[in-house]
Amino acid sequence: MDKIWLILQREYLTRVKKKSFIIMTILTPVLFGAMIFFVAWFSTKKGDKKVIEVLDDSGYFEKKLKSNEEVNFVYIGGDLEKAKADFEAHGSFGLLYIPKIDIDKPDGLKLYSGQNPSFDLVNMIKGQVSEEIRQLRIADLDIDETMLDKLNVDVNLKTLNMTETGEKESNAGVNFGIGYIASFLIYIFIFLYGAQVMRGVIEEKSSRIVEVIISSVKPFQLMMGKVLGVAAVGLTQFVIWVILMSAVSASASTFTGINELKDNPAVTRGADVDFDQMENNEEIAGIFRAIENIPIAQIISLFIFYFLGGYLVYASLFAMVGSAVDSEADSQQFMLPITIPLLLAIFSLGPVLSDPNSQLAFWLSMIPFTSPVVMMGRIAYGVPGWEIALSMLLLIGGFILTTWVAARVYRVGILIHGTKVNYKVLVKWFFQN
Amino acid sequence: MNILDVQDVSKSFGENTALQNVSLSISKGEIFGLLGPNGAGKSTLIRIITQIIKADNGEILIKGEKLKPEHIEVIGYLPEERGLYKKMKVGDQLMYLARLKGLDKSEAFEKIKYWIKKFEIEEWWNKKIEDLSKGMQQKVQFISTVVHDPDILILDEPFSGFDPINANLIRDEILQLRDQGCSIIFSTHRMESVEELCDHIALINNAKKILDGPKFEIKEAHKKHSYRVEYKGDDLALAAPYAISSNATLQNTNKETVIIDQSKGDPNELIKLLAQKVEIHSFSEIIPSMNDIFISKVQEVNHG
Repeated sequence: MDKIWLILQREYLTRVKKKSFIIMTILTPVLFGAMIFFVAWFSTKKGDKKVIEVLDDSGYFEKKLKSNEEVNFVYIGGDLEKAKADFEAHGSFGLLYIPKIDIDKPDGLKLYSGQNPSFDLVNMIKGQVSEEIRQLRIADLDIDETMLDKLNVDVNLKTLNMTETGEKESNAGVNFGIGYIASFLIYIFIFLYGAQVMRGVIEEKSSRIVEVIISSVKPFQLMMGKVLGVAAVGLTQFVIWVILMSAVSASASTFTGINELKDNPAVTRGADVDFDQMENNEEIAGIFRAIENIPIAQIISLFIFYFLGGYLVYASLFAMVGSAVDSEADSQQFMLPITIPLLLAIFSLGPVLSDPNSQLAFWLSMIPFTSPVVMMGRIAYGVPGWEIALSMLLLIGGFILTTWVAARVYRVGILIHGTKVNYKVLVKWFFQN
Repeated sequence: MNILDVQDVSKSFGENTALQNVSLSISKGEIFGLLGPNGAGKSTLIRIITQIIKADNGEILIKGEKLKPEHIEVIGYLPEERGLYKKMKVGDQLMYLARLKGLDKSEAFEKIKYWIKKFEIEEWWNKKIEDLSKGMQQKVQFISTVVHDPDILILDEPFSGFDPINANLIRDEILQLRDQGCSIIFSTHRMESVEELCDHIALINNAKKILDGPKFEIKEAHKKHSYRVEYKGDDLALAAPYAISSNATLQNTNKETVIIDQSKGDPNELIKLLAQKVEIHSFSEIIPSMNDIFISKVQEVNHG
């Protein structure tokens, strides 16, 4: 046991002391934070104001299209052909042509532009024109506008989970997000750190130190020491990331003012509080309340369990592949059986998350090869305790099984150089005394 | 008491028999040459002794005790396929390997200090292995093998990778360790070092031991009672039981003849006979080299 500890220490320290580890560990959340920052920055930053010339032959829209921060509507008169030829020379972004239209059947509106107009811009123009035509029709039909408003129905459906402690506000979107992120992180961690184990084994094999080492320790101790050492590296990296990211996202959310919204939905940055924005804020505040209602401590502890468990189930298999080959290039042929269950787990996330209590979701979160990814996806939706317990037990069982199988192949493989290895050979090694 | 006993050990890998009922005994403070062609089973035997693999049958005893995990601490093993962690520093590497052999931190540090001083490589402590020359790496490797003062040292082709100066250095270390009571199992193809170093020899071929004994006894047993004579005079003509196997004229016009005594009798009788006929300038018995014995033994088994 103390030998496993020695090996674990070496594996851990050599990796953690590497420059690339330090750089990656710091850079990843910085990049992540920078990404969030830029997205937030660009979404709040207004683009250049675009000038759109309006040639209104219908006469309905005179001074009706409202300019805003992004678009300035300029009404022009005259001939369409001439306007088409001229608008770019004026430095205008586009030309909106409204022919003589029938308000019951508005057709033939055209937007000419040098560049492709953005989706938002087209929608904005469409919205303004439609609204104007709606107003015209209302006037035409002689309908009272207050009556119309009364017909507008807007339901805000709150979803509440019944639990022992009472009802909690939940949000399917938030659950989906957390599930997806957690699953994906586990998926990436397994590959990232599994590959590190494999590379470590190949390095020991190709540098020929392995025989020196296993004359001092059992192959199993060497394998376990490496697997656990790399797990410790992964945990360290994860903890640093959590700390760094929460710091970065705290500063990012201060910047975008989300915290203000959460605390007081009515406060907005602009002076003109209109009804739409109020509703919007109510929705955001709801999301935050839903996040607050998610059992964070439970999710984090389960995440760590499934992260470690998932990694451990696969790590020894990665070690086994490493022991069977002489170079990383040869490892491809053995990677397929490892990759397939993980890919299956990731691809099934869509159906699982849309129906977290389905048969598919249940079984995939029991099988140790897929359960870390799939169970983490479901967890935010609330999973019965017995299912979690059973899944955890099976995961531990899966870890013992794969480690046992892998260790039997590993102990033979690490001493064999320059032989062509296929699956049959692996089976032979497994049964070798 | 023997330091190491190999009793009737067999091992096979699938269809292949790697060792078949091999028995050996190694006593304290001797250098034991384990010889044999490639693939004969030497490495398998060594791996069984170092507990890397298990024997199918038979017993290994160290100081009379059955092989157990703690015994790896009394064995130092330098495999033929050897290497070090290339990215690790010399000091860290030696500390790690010494501690895997069961030394505690301060003990390991003291022992390593002693050895790197002896090999005059103290200034390499913080150098990475990959920055060292092949020969330097071999020195570090050798230290890692002996750092825990093993009772049994198993060296598989220890001189490969060394230039002649460093090979001498290592040879001297091996002899010194032997004098301190360390038993050394020495596996090599370089017969001149076997000739020079080994006290006892075992030859393994095709999974079986075909020869075993003290070096001088083996040589005695394999000598052909042939003698080289340098003389002045007419060509020799001898009657039975003597036979002439070769004749030559030397540069100094002396003649040289190799005579085989088929009766395996007393060489004095031959000298008396020769003295009557020619003027003897030198007379010596031809002792077969280990190389000759090795080749003839292996061929004899393979063809017979």
